[in-house]
Amino acid sequence: MAQQVNVEGFASTMTRQQVRELQRKNRRENLGRAWYKFSRNPLSTIGGTTVVVVVLLAIFAPFVAPYPEHAKPFTDFANASRPPSWEYPFGTDEIGRDILSRVIFGFRFSLSMGIVVLVIVVPVGVLLGLIAGYYQGTWIDTTVMRITDIFLAVPPLILALAIASVLEPNLFHSMIAITLMWWPWYTRLVYGLASAQRNEFYVASAETTGAGTPHILFREILPNMVSPIFTKISLDMGWVIIIGSMLSFVGLGVQPPRPGLGTMVASGAKYLPDQWWIAIFPALGIVVVVLGFNLLGDGLRDLFAAEEA
Amino acid sequence: MTDHILSVRDLKKHFVIGHEGTVNRKPITVKAVDGISFNLHAGETFGLVGESGSGKSTVAYITVGMYQPTEGAIYFRDQDLFADSKGRPLALKKEIQIVFQDPGSSLNPRRSIKQILELPLRIHQPDKDRLTEVLRLLEMVDLPPDYMHKYPQSLSGGEKQIVAIARALATDPSLVILDEPTSALDVSVQGKVINLLIRLQREFNLTFLFITHDLSLMRNVASRVAIMYLGKICEVAEAAEFFQNPQHPYTQMLLSSIPVVSEEEEAAKPEKIISTGEIPSPVNIPQGCSFHTRCPYAMDICKRVDPVMVETGAGHVARCHLFEQPEENLTQVLEAEPGPIPQSP
Repeated sequence: MAQQVNVEGFASTMTRQQVRELQRKNRRENLGRAWYKFSRNPLSTIGGTTVVVVVLLAIFAPFVAPYPEHAKPFTDFANASRPPSWEYPFGTDEIGRDILSRVIFGFRFSLSMGIVVLVIVVPVGVLLGLIAGYYQGTWIDTTVMRITDIFLAVPPLILALAIASVLEPNLFHSMIAITLMWWPWYTRLVYGLASAQRNEFYVASAETTGAGTPHILFREILPNMVSPIFTKISLDMGWVIIIGSMLSFVGLGVQPPRPGLGTMVASGAKYLPDQWWIAIFPALGIVVVVLGFNLLGDGLRDLFAAEEA
Repeated sequence: MTDHILSVRDLKKHFVIGHEGTVNRKPITVKAVDGISFNLHAGETFGLVGESGSGKSTVAYITVGMYQPTEGAIYFRDQDLFADSKGRPLALKKEIQIVFQDPGSSLNPRRSIKQILELPLRIHQPDKDRLTEVLRLLEMVDLPPDYMHKYPQSLSGGEKQIVAIARALATDPSLVILDEPTSALDVSVQGKVINLLIRLQREFNLTFLFITHDLSLMRNVASRVAIMYLGKICEVAEAAEFFQNPQHPYTQMLLSSIPVVSEEEEAAKPEKIISTGEIPSPVNIPQGCSFHTRCPYAMDICKRVDPVMVETGAGHVARCHLFEQPEENLTQVLEAEPGPIPQSP
């Protein structure tokens, strides 16, 4: 039996059940409206679909790829450098591996690169930016933001080269390099947003009422920058994948025979222009993933902008 | 000090906004509040009136704990308010609440009305049932209960301000600071909000520190009125006395510039004093009496010596050389050297 909340002497009576139902209904309506807006934008729909397809391909690569064993150490010199055909839609490379299968497996490396980097970078960068922005003008602000500036001044490729020369060049170490150079961008973004929000009177109201700092940071300020953060995450997925492919291209990322998209472009570049498919299809793979995330990011930005208007 | 709910003595707040000079760097300060004193009696509505830039909002922000004053003393009953909100006990935060001018900024757009009203309840009334309390607060300010699931952006300006008032009352405070609570609202809504405030004051025995630039509003609402000019109080009086018998030239100037409709009202106004000039920058406050640049009665002494508060009637004080005896004035100048400054413990 639902408990009755009857406020003494007043007409309004609502059961807890009704309150909860109303809350659920409101939430459903808001989600429905957001989905409607998102689905009405053709670019964001294309971007979203591309991302979903790529993610599904990556997850189910062993079942989707026509020759899953070609992603592993494998040679078939009888079928080396075949142009695209029904048997090998993207052709085969110089040692006879199916390029379509390797591109599908390549998505795995690219996506995991993006996900791992952003999963580390976003919380760290956002937290530091929030704190620095909230304690704007104090030594905390100065310390955090100057360290941020120092990291922003390090050229990413040189950092990656340095890490690779000290440690061994592989996917994990290129992730470390990208992570180290990426968090300051989030700190900067969130710092700017937080120091603006900090001066809104709702923060003063929470402070003077006695709310704790964690409440103010995470419940009051942070929700006001969810939209720019998510937009940036989506756009950054594309960027991280590009940088990761770049590192692979120069030999600092995914090591052969593993099918990194950048690695494949690098090894295929030797056979341009005659055997163009060896380099072009992995390169197109990069383009498709990055474009998908960029369109999705733009769509999210429009969605949030419309929501705020 | 028994019936004083708030007492302010020589309160100063100077903001450092930069430095000048390269070798001997001197701070450039804005004297937002520059030595003001007043008392609030329990249950009254004290109107603090001034032009923009007169420092009236700074007084509000110090009282509620957003800033720490530079100098002076400020007490709530017998508790020291010198510290800002970080240094104040929770019990003190419960007693003093504020309603800000712009409800668009004072209500978090990402939190529902329910969440907004729950925060003070969670902090100050953890034992009470929150849903019941939220519903009670909404009833109290005449908002329908289903508003609790709305977000501020779907409310009108007046409704937002009413929610802000409900939030201020959620802690069951005794002193509420109203920082121009109606000036961001439509005229049609202003009346509604004012009536609500008056009703709530009676119901919950609240003391209001009502900060505004709207003198005609004070005539109907305030029990006492103080006029601020460039960080200083010029005149304090009971509301009726204030409007009938204004002493300070600045007050007279303000009152005579209230627009009126009827002849009757026109006759009730003090002798017309044409407003001249603008309020000077608080970075560069004129020497002597800060009002002498605009004062129609300015004398030689006004340019050199800052006047002191003089009692001109029962409970009526004004800070102007017109009411000082010349000899008395001289001794005051000599004695004006700073006495012991009340410090926070």
